[in-house]
Parts: sequence; structure tokens; C-alpha cells
Amino acid sequence: MINYIRSLGRWGLGSFERLGRAHIFLVAMLAGVPGLFLRFSLVIQQLFSIGVLSVMLILISGLFVGMVLGLQGYNTLVDFGAEESLGVMVSLSLVRELGPVVSALLFAGRAGSALTAEIGLMKSTEQLSGMEMMAVDPIKRIIAPRFLAGIISMPLLAAIFSAVGVLGGFLVGHGLLGVDDGAFWSQMQAKTDLFEDIFNGVIKSVVFGLVVTWIALFEGYDAMPTSEGVGRATTRTVVHSAFAILGLDFVLTALMFGD
Amino acid sequence: MPLIKIRDLHFNRGDRVIFDGVNIDIQRGKVTAIMGPSGTGKTTLLKLIGGQLRPDKGTIEVDGQDVHKLSHSELYELRKRMGMLFQSGALLTDIDVFDNVAFPLREHTNLPESMIRDLVLMKLQAVGLRNARRLSPNELSGGMARRVALARAVALEPMMIMYDEPFTGQDPISMGTLVNLIHRINDAMKLTSIVVSHDVAETAEIADYIYLMSGGKIIEHGSPVQLKDSGSQWVQQFMQGLPDGPVPFHYAGPDFAEDLLNPEDNA
Amino acid sequence: MMQSKSTEITVGMFVAAGIAALFVLAMKVSNLGDLTEEKGYQVTAEFGNVGGLKVRSAVTMAGVRVGRVADISLDPKTFDAKVTLNMYPQFNNIPIDTSASIYTAGLLGEQYIGLVAGAEDESLKNGDVITLTQPALVLEQVIGQFLYSKAEGSD
Ligand SMILES: Nc1ncnc2c1ncn2[C@@H]1O[C@H](COP(=O)(O)OP(=O)(O)OP(=O)(O)O)[C@@H](O)[C@H]1O
Ligand SMILES: [Mg+2]
Repeated sequence: MINYIRSLGRWGLGSFERLGRAHIFLVAMLAGVPGLFLRFSLVIQQLFSIGVLSVMLILISGLFVGMVLGLQGYNTLVDFGAEESLGVMVSLSLVRELGPVVSALLFAGRAGSALTAEIGLMKSTEQLSGMEMMAVDPIKRIIAPRFLAGIISMPLLAAIFSAVGVLGGFLVGHGLLGVDDGAFWSQMQAKTDLFEDIFNGVIKSVVFGLVVTWIALFEGYDAMPTSEGVGRATTRTVVHSAFAILGLDFVLTALMFGD
Repeated sequence: MPLIKIRDLHFNRGDRVIFDGVNIDIQRGKVTAIMGPSGTGKTTLLKLIGGQLRPDKGTIEVDGQDVHKLSHSELYELRKRMGMLFQSGALLTDIDVFDNVAFPLREHTNLPESMIRDLVLMKLQAVGLRNARRLSPNELSGGMARRVALARAVALEPMMIMYDEPFTGQDPISMGTLVNLIHRINDAMKLTSIVVSHDVAETAEIADYIYLMSGGKIIEHGSPVQLKDSGSQWVQQFMQGLPDGPVPFHYAGPDFAEDLLNPEDNA
Repeated sequence: MMQSKSTEITVGMFVAAGIAALFVLAMKVSNLGDLTEEKGYQVTAEFGNVGGLKVRSAVTMAGVRVGRVADISLDPKTFDAKVTLNMYPQFNNIPIDTSASIYTAGLLGEQYIGLVAGAEDESLKNGDVITLTQPALVLEQVIGQFLYSKAEGSD
């Protein structure tokens, strides 16, 4: 029992220590960001491997999520004779929730895990250490560009997801189920607010991008420098990102839409 | 005045004492070797000198500056004048050999690309790998990687270089060239070199002064000749590579027989 | 580091696609289009009950949208709801004796204001008041009345 309490205490202290390190790491990353504007090519490189390489996944997933929404939404709405509202349902679900959340989850799986593995491997092969000894700060040179690229990529990916999703919903709703296209668009436009819905959705995805990239980079940087350590860190990135995304989504939704 | 002055250095990893009151002087322009059995903390010592680790007690002065009292930017300024050759090479794996050697030049200077090219080719020529410049690091053998790392370490023409096990993994021929190279670089560039190694013969050949380390303490120091004539059993065992003697081959802990009799592993 | 041109181009395309997607969401999906049409004129109407009417609800005439609800407040003297309507500028010849009612789109749909044109030659101008109004149907009241009349009829 005493042992149990003691190990619990040690675990608690360890968690606080990690949390502290993570925040020190965040501050160091943020401090490295302004310098990047002088060397934006570093960020472009990362926009490619973080953003561009995730586009295909986002496009395909977005299209299918939109199509499923169209199908499910129609089946529900038609019972109330409100199938004209399909457009609203699709657009609001995507813009407010599914776009930011699902694309962030996919982003964590696709780009976040890759980031953790990359940084963890650089650490375990002493590349980060070697860079430090060459008087190149790895946080500024390696970490910060990835961080900024993650924050920039996420809202763009989420927007692509939502746009493609709306298209998917339209294809199913109008093409397959015969919902009037005029009603689909006009209802959607009437009820989707630029600030209330779209702008808030963008804010959500910026927050998710920041948090996921932060988790991924920290896990890599803090990983035990062994292959097992890097493997575990990669898993943790995906799991912690998922928790963070869903938890933050609740908080942000309550703040934004709960009046 | 020595370039590096280590005084009363204490350092622990958890409960394990790595250094227990170490004093070392590294003279300018000389090759100083630090030798000791595997796991005594030679790599750790280099990381302490480079400011990547912080001692629990004691000071390390490099060129008159206390490494662990410097600010972040002062430390980075100092590191520009320190070269370090990692045990593993520590090459950046996403760029090729040429870009690896060019990396510190591109990061720290505004030289035009044509001049960087000339400098890089010169350094690669010196380590015999000029024609391997378009290979990626994972296409190199361990020994080749070490040589590329050496070319990179001298790219900025530092005042000192720390070599972590430069000889392991080299075939006899490149071992010979490497010994030569370290000597040449040291004399030509008026460098100060610190060589960490357990290859007795090669190290004795290039070192001007040797520190022997074990159990967190300096056991003996002196010129290679002095050490060869040392009366200490320990020194004789290490210098001649005898398997048995005062240096324990085993990591400290309970006796083997005791361990066999005790099925519970309570480590 | 060497930066290949194709990396820069694909990144450029990616950023452009993301911004284009945002633009599409703003223009095609949201009501941004309406925000730019605020240059019309305003009229007010008082209702006994606005039900679920909201700011930004539609104002229609014969099913065509002619404006939006700009503001809903309570008249301090009559205790009626005072609704300000933002009329689109192209509908500038709506007769002054037009009547306004609050309808519901479908059984569970949003509520909106429907206008029925009057016969006067004079048209509504900025600041005019629509006097002929009919309040929102509140479902509970309707059902209550229906049950009541049923009960009366069965006697
Ligand atoms: N990150 C670490 N965490 C905990 N202990 C460590 C760590 N790195 C090294 N050690 C311990 O510190 C001791 C010294 O390690 P170091 O790498 O300095 O040895 P070394 O003298 O360079 O050995 P070798 O000749 O094999 O390279 C070892 O016993 C090792 O167990
Ligand atoms: Mg070592």
C-alpha cells in the first residue's frame, strides 16, 4: 500500500516534470519562430512534407465523410419532410465540427506520428546533439520550422476537408437522392454564418494544428533515444493528440457556440 | 595557460557516480588523450566540455570562459570554435555527404556557394572522400561516416577538436591515414585536440599527453613514455591490454555465483 | 539546403488550394454574400408575438427573399415586439400598406417573415412602419385551441 502510494506520487511528480518540460519546450519553439521569416525556405520544406503530403488523405476522407453525411442526413431529414435542409446539415456539421476535428485526427496520424519518429530518430542518432555542438540550435533550425508549418497547414487542410465534404454531400444529396440543388445551396447559405461558423471552425483548426504539432515535436524531442523509445513516443503522439483534439473541441465548442 | 581547465568535476547519472573529483588540463596546440575502459564516462566528459551536460560540482573553463556560466548565445558562440567528432558520426541523414560538410559553413557564414564548394571539396579531399560526396550518409560505412564527420568538424576551422573514439571501426590503412590526419590537422591548423579512445597503440602514437581514467577518477597522467614506464599495475594492465588485473571487466554489482543462486531478480 | 523548384511549386499549390477552399466556404457555403448587401433601407413592424424569429431570419415576398431581420426589441409602451427589417435596395417599390406575418418553414423549420403586397401607389421608404401584422403561430397555442374547439364541438 505504501509502495503503491509512493509509486503514485512518483508518477505524479514525473507527469508534472514532463508537463513543465513540454511548456519550456513550447516557449523555446515560439522564440524560434520569428527568426524563421528570414529563412522561410526551411518552412516551405516542411510545408511540403507536413502539408502537401497530407492532402491526398484529406481529400479522400473529406469526400467520403461528406457523402456519408449526405446519405445519413437525407434519411433522417426525409422523415420530417425537411430534406431541403440537407445542405445546412452537411455544411454545419462539416464547418463547425467534422472538418476541424476529423482532419486534425487524420493529421495527427499522418503528419504527427511522422514528425515524432523523425525527431526521435534524429535524437537517437545524435544528429540533434551533433547540431548543438556545431553551434546550430536544433530548436530553431529543426523544430521551429516544423512547428510553424504545422500551424499553417492544419487550417488549410481543414478547409480543404470541409469544402470537399460539402461537395460530397451535394453529390449524394442532389445527384443520387434528388434534393433540389437550389434549395440545397440557398438553405446552406441562409444558415451558415461566416463568423459564427466558418471563422470559428478555422480558429478551432489553428488551435488543433498548434497542439498536435507541439505534442508530436515534444514527444520526438523527449523520446528515449532507442528504437523502442521512439516507437512508444510515436504511439503516444497519436493517442495524446486524439485526446487533446476531442477535449479541446468540447471546450472550444462550449466557448464559441454555447450562448 | 591551458586551453581547457577542469577542476574538481563531479557528475552523477542517477545514483551512478560518473566523475568524482576530476582535474584535467588540456594544453594549447597539443594532442591530449583521455583513455579509460568502456563506460567510464569519456563521452560524458566531452559533452560536459561542450556544455551539453551540466556538472553537479566543479568547473570547466574553455579559453578562460566557464562553460556552464555562459548565456545561451555565448555558449553557441563558443561552440563555433569547438569541433566535435561524435562516436557515431552524427551526420544529418536527410542530406548527402557534400551538404553535411557544407552545413556549418552555410549556417554560420555568408560565403558564396562557389567558395563553399571549394572549401567542402578541400576538406573532403583531405579525408579521401571527395568522390563520395553525392552519397547519402546511410550509404557510408561506419568508418567513412567518421571521416565525413571529421571533415565537417574542421570545416569552420575551430580552435580545438574533440575526437570521440576516432579509431574504432577503421581498417588498418584508414586507421593509419586517420592517425596521420589528426596529427596533420593539429599541426597545420594549430589546433588543440582531445582524443578519447581505448585504442592504446594508436593513441600513444599521436598523443602528447595522456590521462588515464577509471572509476570516476584520474588514475594516472603523463606523456606516453612516462605511462609505459609507470610502476602502477593498473596502468600496465590497461596499456598492455591484459585481460586480468585490477581493472574489473564486469559492471559493478553482486557476484556471479551469488546471482545464480538467487533466482529473484531484484535489480 | 538545396530547395528544388518543384517543392516550392507544390507548396504554393497547396497553400492556394487551402485558401481557395476557405474562399469557397465563405462565398458559396456561408452568408457572406448577404453581408455585402446591407445598403438597403430599413422599415419596422410590431408583432404581438415573434415566436422563434431571430436576427438574420429571412424576409420574403411570394417566396422570394427581399430582406433580413436586422433587430428585434421590445416596445416599452405597447409591450409588443418591434422588429426592424433590412430590405434589399432593389425592392424599392413595395406598397406602403403591405402586411407582414410570421410563418414557419415546414413543421419544425425556421421562422421567417412573409410580406403580402398591398394596393397603394406609395411605396415603403426608410423608417416607415408596417402596421398590418400577424403574430407568429405558437404551436402549443394552436394545438390548445384545436383541442378546445374539438371539445366544444363534441358537446
Ligand atoms: N543518457 C544516459 N542516461 C543514464 N546513464 C547514462 C546515459 N549516458 C551514459 N550513461 C552512463 O554513463 C556512463 C558513461 O557513459 P559514456 O558514454 O560516457 O561512456 P564511455 O566512456 O564513452 O564509454 P565507451 O568507451 O563505451 O564509449 C555509462 O556507464 C552509462 O551507463
Ligand atoms: Mg563513448
